[in-house]
Amino acid sequence: MAEFTAYLIAGIATGAIYALAAIGFTLVWQTSQTINFAQGEFVMLPAVLVLLAVKLFGAPLWLGALIGIFAFILIFGAGFKLVVVDPMIRHGVLPLAIATMALSIIMKEGAKDGFSAEAQNFPSFVPTSTIEVFGAAISLQHLTIIACAFAVIGALQWFVGGTRLGRQMQATAQNPTVARILGIPVERMVLLTFVINAALAVVASVLISPIYLAKFSNGEVIGLFAFIAAIVGGFNQVRGALVGGLVVGVIDSLAAAYISSSYRLAVPLVLLVVIILLKPEGLMGRKEERRV
Amino acid sequence: MSAPATTNDLSRPRGRALPGLIDGTLVTLLLGAAILWFAPVGMGRYGTYVLSLWLVMSIAVMGLNLTLGYAGLKSLAQAAFMGLGAYTTALLTTKLGVSWYAAFALSGLLTFAVGIVLGFPALRVKAHYLAFVTLAFSTLIWLILRNEQWLTGGVFGISNINRPDFFGIKLFGALEFHRFVVAVTLILAVAQWWLIRSPWGRAFTALRENPIRAASLGIDTRAYTLLAFAIGSAYAGFAGALYAPLVEFIDPSPFSLSQSFFLLLMVVAGGAGYLLGPFVGALLGVVLPEWLRFAGSLYLIIFASIVLLLLIACPQGVSGLLERGWTKLTGRRGGTR
Repeated sequence: MAEFTAYLIAGIATGAIYALAAIGFTLVWQTSQTINFAQGEFVMLPAVLVLLAVKLFGAPLWLGALIGIFAFILIFGAGFKLVVVDPMIRHGVLPLAIATMALSIIMKEGAKDGFSAEAQNFPSFVPTSTIEVFGAAISLQHLTIIACAFAVIGALQWFVGGTRLGRQMQATAQNPTVARILGIPVERMVLLTFVINAALAVVASVLISPIYLAKFSNGEVIGLFAFIAAIVGGFNQVRGALVGGLVVGVIDSLAAAYISSSYRLAVPLVLLVVIILLKPEGLMGRKEERRV
Repeated sequence: MSAPATTNDLSRPRGRALPGLIDGTLVTLLLGAAILWFAPVGMGRYGTYVLSLWLVMSIAVMGLNLTLGYAGLKSLAQAAFMGLGAYTTALLTTKLGVSWYAAFALSGLLTFAVGIVLGFPALRVKAHYLAFVTLAFSTLIWLILRNEQWLTGGVFGISNINRPDFFGIKLFGALEFHRFVVAVTLILAVAQWWLIRSPWGRAFTALRENPIRAASLGIDTRAYTLLAFAIGSAYAGFAGALYAPLVEFIDPSPFSLSQSFFLLLMVVAGGAGYLLGPFVGALLGVVLPEWLRFAGSLYLIIFASIVLLLLIACPQGVSGLLERGWTKLTGRRGGTR
């Protein structure tokens, strides 16, 4: 039981990371029909940029973190939207999706060639010790991840639902034409979702990298699980992405512990196929078609 | 997502129908095959190998072009299908002593069948769900290839894969096998040329251009999308069946998810929806990095950046650029393709 609790907590922690990535993925999909196949690389890169800034400028960690994170949000939040998405969106969904695949290769290979082919330590801002809860040894890092991720997701929910700006963003996602008529600056709202996506990726990256280490290939698994989380939860729902992320994370963690560590990846994949077969709109999705 | 958004601009507008006619594409294919038959003379073993590899990859890209360029579906498992074909052929020929030809046919059949099984549930929902199902499949295949050591040899792969005979002629030499690859590639390319001009092919294109209209015209859209995907996957199986004896050694790495991405980029680079596009795409993706050895792994970044720029400037790829140039040059629309 104690063991189970530890695996459960670990699963919720990684699940929270997947949820952060999946929420960003969903937001970007909603406002601009961009299926971002580079989403995993988006989570991989901020940590690498932080370490790179520390290495290049010899800056202290906090400054390096500031530079790395700022650069990432500028380039892969706003820059991604303005340079890649804007000129391509008129060509339709397909070329854009392929462009993000090209981007993922560029990011991954760039991190490998420009930074390091080896995994690098990423400093943790909490001690790596464990605490005893009901006989279960629970990692402080996992608890921190859960706390931070939920705080960020809660803040996002409040922003989207409770502020004027957030509601404008939501209106843009649901119906850009009507939003424009109502005087909402649609373009700026779309840009905002891309910046939020990048910011969520930064949070996920900073939280997960102390555990996974900063490595160019980290994005593959994170990206895959973020897609699965988004679909399992319901492709166009922030709530769905959260639930999907947690479900996938917990299943992954338990599968690794109790089924097979070499096939841990396969279990969420099976879940994906089952969901597509039985409930294609996702666990939290509504049946009706969105925006026809 | 509004209905017209499902059509895409990856393809050029087309409107001419030349059913059954000998056209520029077919002539180019035949001429190209003749040139490639003799090209490797004096190129040495390695040069010949690169040329053969180019053709083998072209077959896989051709299949993906059918799926993406003609039917407008995203498959992220083309490399995995290729792996399925390569391992099937390698296992059948090395462990069971089956002839290569039978293994080749079985590889194609197996990948076709798997394509149907994967595509059926995904396409039932929405076309872009195929991307996610194939993404999952790709990872699953990679896991199996790596983990099931008793069957696939794990990360050590399978070595000593024999090259086939051709009616008693041994194809062990690089040149002989290259000519064999040229012949198989030509057959598969002509088959696709014929397919695209057949009513089937017209239906594939109709699907991509306007699925709702296609459905209202009585085309069973689901069956045709499924078929396009399965045939495209079978081409990957054929490519794998040629890849195994060409390299004579296979391991899981060339069949990973990133390779599938890479194959998609080759389709787009060459020009999605152009029959000759895959050859151009594979040339950029496979042959050029061999010549630009000094660039090393940077080449992948360069290639992906080129594709990104192409997508922004000319989504029809290099073939589209050439066509634009040709149209400008001759001053008329709809030149040869």
